Amino acid sequence: MARALNDGLRLALSGDERVLLMGEDVGRAGGVFRISDKLRGEFGEERVIDAPVAESGIVGVAFGMAVAGMRPIVELQFMGFSYPAYDQIISHVSRIRHRSRHRFTAPMVIRIPYGGGIGAAEHHSESMESIYLHIPGLKVVVPSTPVDAKGLLLAAVEDPDPVVFLEPIRSYRSITEVVPGDYYTTPIGEAAVRREGTDVTLISYGAMMRETLGAADVLEGRGISAEVIDLRSLVPLDVDTIVASVIKTGRVAVVHEAPRTGGFGGEIAAIVQEKAFFSLEMPVLRVTGWDSVFPLKRSERLYLPNVAGIAEEVQTRLFEG
Amino acid sequence: MSDLLRIIGNGADVPDQPIPEGLGDKDLVAIYRWLVLLRAYDERSVALQRQGRIGTYALYWGEEATQAGTLYALEETDWIFPSYRQNSIGILRGVPPSVILAWWRGYGGDVGFYDTRHFRTGPICVPIGTHLPHAVGTSWAAKLRGERTASLAWFGDGATSEGDFHEAMNFASVFKTATIFFCTNNQWAISTPVSRQMATKTVAEKALAYAMPAVRVDGFDPIACWKATKDAADRGREGGGPTLIEAFCYRIGAHGTADDPRLYRDEAETEPWKAWEPLSRMASFLDRLGVLDESGAEKIKAEAKQTIAEAVTEMEAIETPGLEVIFDNVYAKDRPWMFIEGLEELRSVGQRELVKPLNAGAPADDTEIPEEGV
Repeated sequence: MARALNDGLRLALSGDERVLLMGEDVGRAGGVFRISDKLRGEFGEERVIDAPVAESGIVGVAFGMAVAGMRPIVELQFMGFSYPAYDQIISHVSRIRHRSRHRFTAPMVIRIPYGGGIGAAEHHSESMESIYLHIPGLKVVVPSTPVDAKGLLLAAVEDPDPVVFLEPIRSYRSITEVVPGDYYTTPIGEAAVRREGTDVTLISYGAMMRETLGAADVLEGRGISAEVIDLRSLVPLDVDTIVASVIKTGRVAVVHEAPRTGGFGGEIAAIVQEKAFFSLEMPVLRVTGWDSVFPLKRSERLYLPNVAGIAEEVQTRLFEG
Repeated sequence: MSDLLRIIGNGADVPDQPIPEGLGDKDLVAIYRWLVLLRAYDERSVALQRQGRIGTYALYWGEEATQAGTLYALEETDWIFPSYRQNSIGILRGVPPSVILAWWRGYGGDVGFYDTRHFRTGPICVPIGTHLPHAVGTSWAAKLRGERTASLAWFGDGATSEGDFHEAMNFASVFKTATIFFCTNNQWAISTPVSRQMATKTVAEKALAYAMPAVRVDGFDPIACWKATKDAADRGREGGGPTLIEAFCYRIGAHGTADDPRLYRDEAETEPWKAWEPLSRMASFLDRLGVLDESGAEKIKAEAKQTIAEAVTEMEAIETPGLEVIFDNVYAKDRPWMFIEGLEELRSVGQRELVKPLNAGAPADDTEIPEEGV
């Protein structure tokens, strides 16, 4: 996935001179995850910019650039370090269209590596997407595959509205596939059915997709046919794909590594009961991270949903309950 | 480096300056002992990380003077707030080194977090510069309570770009708190050189905007760090307000064990700075003074290595915390209902703890989980 993102950034920079990339260590070092590897050499330090250590400044300055006609892509190094920029995002980036009645817009991409599973130090493993989902005027996307990572990134750059682009750190180097070399976009707002099934709908996104697909395999071995939906876009949400699947299966589990309280699973559950209540055979199940501080590395497997845990909970709560 | 406060010369063309009042031979040896202990901890930690026995580690090789000399100037009742670069400063206040090693190993709970109140040492701050307002708060509280307590926070040159740095500086100067802002300007924020971090020539001059006194010191000189900190703390206690100290040095090592500086700087650049590194420099100084000879220094080094070796043994004897570690220490009392349910869920058969590898094909618990980034 790291290479797909690098490729996407390269195409975005070469295809539109208004595009620039800014963030801490994105230039000389090519990013702490090497997502912008070699781009400074190719496009120069005026377009691939090493910023001072100032997240609020990075987003605020990029916002000014976007309003003035540029197409900035910014990288906030880890979700755990994105919070100083929150004021800029919630107070300005997301609402400039509204308060200027479309006269000013902020077409910009805010890339945020997120999530656990790599044994990182404190503050480096958080999955706090809910704080971004809750902001009107923002789009929030999360790829789970390299092909989507590139396509969604390019779609985000083209998008007329600001997009928070969440990158699952754990998938950077562990999820690989052949990615088309040409320019293409993956539409924002469309979920993907990764696996068809008839008994239960498993809904997830980002790094939890691999665990969820693994759980679907396990469930198949136990005679349960699971349909698996990769949301890809959290805002706007592809409600139709979810509802169609639930009408078919009657059972739903949402999987995410973010804490349960205020998490996206609650939103999905609400939408499902609003739109497909009479199709439900069982209450919507949430398999999520705990409402607790993300633990240090030796305990993180206790925190993150995994294949066996998802399969176990789906089976016992949705089929034996 | 001519404008820097410096006490220890190089034994050649840069002369030694008189030892500041308040430091006797015993103190000089004690500071050396601290330098050596920090170095032993740091070098061993890098080795442990390479062997997969602890996780990603933020090294500080060469920056021991900014910690040992500085801390020695403070009272035990003063608050200190380390960033990750001063991660083991607590051991100089009595925190068992095994506890900090356990934190790097990835143990939370009671075995990985030290008692911040008892040691008057803030938790190791990982976000950049966010602990600076805290140091203002503790020194302000002391002032309100009529205590003669100062607070000191360490941070790097990169942190001066964060809003929290400026907000903390402003609060401290407006409310005249006994806060010491100790900036270790090692000239690199991961890959960003100080010349791209700020347009000012020094960090110290930023204090002008806050009507705050500032001093630049040789950050490789523990006695200069002691002197600047002592003066700042004394003035703060007397109601003179905060001080910004810029300890000018150089990041000789990598930002952390996951960082490869060859990607962004010529490593030959580090060579001239190594001549100034504090340990051998302090040892030569003490030898010139006739306070400690080579065999005395060697003995101190051996003791430090032994202390750290014992800490490693202790750290590795710590058992991985149980399931409760997820739900403990989050709220003051009584686990909320979702924690009670969660614990039941974790305890039940087939749940998360029974499946060890996080990544497909990854080895089990004792082996290092692949790491990326910093």
